Amino acid sequence: MAVSTPRRTVHDTLAGLERGRRRKLKERAFATVLFTLTAVAILVLALLVVDIVLDGFTRINVDFLTRYASRTAENTGIRAGLTGTLSLMVLTALVAFPVGVGAAIYLEEFAPDNRFTRLMEANISNLAGVPSVVYGLLGVAVFVYALNLGRSLLAGALTLALLILPVIIVAGRESIRAVPLAIRDGGLALGATPWQVSYRQILPSALPGMLTGTILALSRAIGETAPILVVGAVFSRRADNEPWYFMEAFAALPVQIYNFVSRPQEGFKIDAASAGILVLMAVLLIMNSAAIVARNRFSRRY
Amino acid sequence: MDSAQSQAVRQRPVLDVPVDSRALAHHTAAEHSKLASDLVFDVRDVTVRYGVHPAIRNVSLQIYRHEITALIGPSGCGKSTFIRCFNRMNDLIPSATVEGTITYHGQDLYAKGVDPVEVRRRIGMVFQKPNPFPKSVRENILFGPKVNGMEVDADEVVERSLRRAALWDEVRNKLNDSAYSLSGGQQQRLCIARAIAIDPDVILMDEPASALDPISTGRIEDLMRELQERYTIVIVTHNMQQAARVSDRTAFFTTEVEDEASDFRSGKLVEYDFTEKIFKNPSDRRTEDYVTGRFG
Ligand SMILES: Nc1ncnc2c1ncn2[C@@H]1O[C@H](COP(=O)(O)OP(=O)(O)OP(=O)(O)O)[C@@H](O)[C@H]1O
Ligand SMILES: [Mg+2]
Repeated sequence: MAVSTPRRTVHDTLAGLERGRRRKLKERAFATVLFTLTAVAILVLALLVVDIVLDGFTRINVDFLTRYASRTAENTGIRAGLTGTLSLMVLTALVAFPVGVGAAIYLEEFAPDNRFTRLMEANISNLAGVPSVVYGLLGVAVFVYALNLGRSLLAGALTLALLILPVIIVAGRESIRAVPLAIRDGGLALGATPWQVSYRQILPSALPGMLTGTILALSRAIGETAPILVVGAVFSRRADNEPWYFMEAFAALPVQIYNFVSRPQEGFKIDAASAGILVLMAVLLIMNSAAIVARNRFSRRY
Repeated sequence: MDSAQSQAVRQRPVLDVPVDSRALAHHTAAEHSKLASDLVFDVRDVTVRYGVHPAIRNVSLQIYRHEITALIGPSGCGKSTFIRCFNRMNDLIPSATVEGTITYHGQDLYAKGVDPVEVRRRIGMVFQKPNPFPKSVRENILFGPKVNGMEVDADEVVERSLRRAALWDEVRNKLNDSAYSLSGGQQQRLCIARAIAIDPDVILMDEPASALDPISTGRIEDLMRELQERYTIVIVTHNMQQAARVSDRTAFFTTEVEDEASDFRSGKLVEYDFTEKIFKNPSDRRTEDYVTGRFG
């Protein structure tokens, strides 16, 4: 008995090695499949980008960025759309960030755990999945008509704010939850009120995550065409949109691109549209980089 | 006049307790009770439940001014639950309920109208794991005075608190560095300094040295003895030697099977007496088994 025990162990080890080899093979096959799928996705994306760059790159110049819309494809520009989009972004952020962060703090720190709170939480999660055009329709009904804001920059910004609010709230709650409980207990044990702990400890620690979430949500919002189209963004405007003239009619990049694409002439349909898309992509890239910088800069270790 | 008197009482070193009274091992805890004015906490018949099940049941004991009271017992017997009653930290756990009475200098801690925030200002707490705020050393110290609206000379409070926590010499040149750049032992002393900064009356410590090496532990123990001259200290510890070394009185808790069918256990106070008696001549068999390491 005593002699056979070590022999059996050796045998078991060899069997284990065999199993290990088979597992490795399986792992490699799985990794190959995943890699292929990823490669296909990236390839398609790359093709799209290359196509757009080839079509649009020659069309981009200072004139294109600084001119208003024109009837001729050679003279047209996206100045109105660009200023409109930037202003929409500013106003949307100004509305959505404080409301979203406030809601996240309330839900995480202060809301009583009752049926109403749970209903609200479920609703917020579901709202993140509602198609954006529905927000557009809501925006028309509530902001344009009920609040009588008209087809204005403000109505557009409020609509986009509604659209990204659920995302900001969810991201905000996540980053609040990431703050260790020990920080909260430490603050409370020093005689701080729950409000002081939220404001002075939780909020600063959670802010980078909230900022990242907000910027990413914003960058999704400014690419949206449907909701602002429904709220009444204009196709071709011959004036800038500044955030402080928020009751004016407004243009926006995606809407202007949409307009270019729907024209019959190649100069609009292909060249101007591609150039417009490149500009929009540049704005998105800048925002996403800003999100990464914000995260790295302000993030804290625990 | 009045305040001068109470100041005098406060400053009286703990060693004024007649030494021979400690040695009288045959005395029971009740017979050792000190002056009524030295009574900080009077715990009567306290039961704490999480949901319906009691985590500790019918605990009564007295905690005296300028003493170090150690709470010992096996894991899960409710020491943390019990110590958290003193600064109403259990209020923060929705399922927790506290029954019985705890008076603090004669005032019911759990009476209606008592603000837990005010309670925590007077009764500070140091946790098992160092939990400095993700800020500078200086800001960590000043957080308490700031949220409590204390008008203080910031530099002076920082220096005084750090000195009392025996940390000043190590961090005097790093006041604006992140608290996370300190070692674990330094972080724990920073947490003690942070608690001292609001000049509490009592400091509760829940296994303050369990995450530290022997040298840092030794420093925290020395520190406790110094702090004892100004503050009343209650400490939870798993370290028998630590309890024996630093504390004046020791409370031994254990778990008892509450309900045979479900094997539900709740914590109970077995014996509370002078530390010397608990370790040299305990009255209860279970205490003896535990302190001599025969627990099982
Ligand atoms: N927040 C909570 N919710 C529910 N039950 C809890 C909670 N905290 C503690 N308990 C239970 O109460 C009992 C006592 O726990 P407690 O943490 O007070 O023990 P302890 O003596 O401090 O143990 P340890 O020495 O391991 O720290 C345990 O059975 C534990 O499971
Ligand atoms: Mg504990």
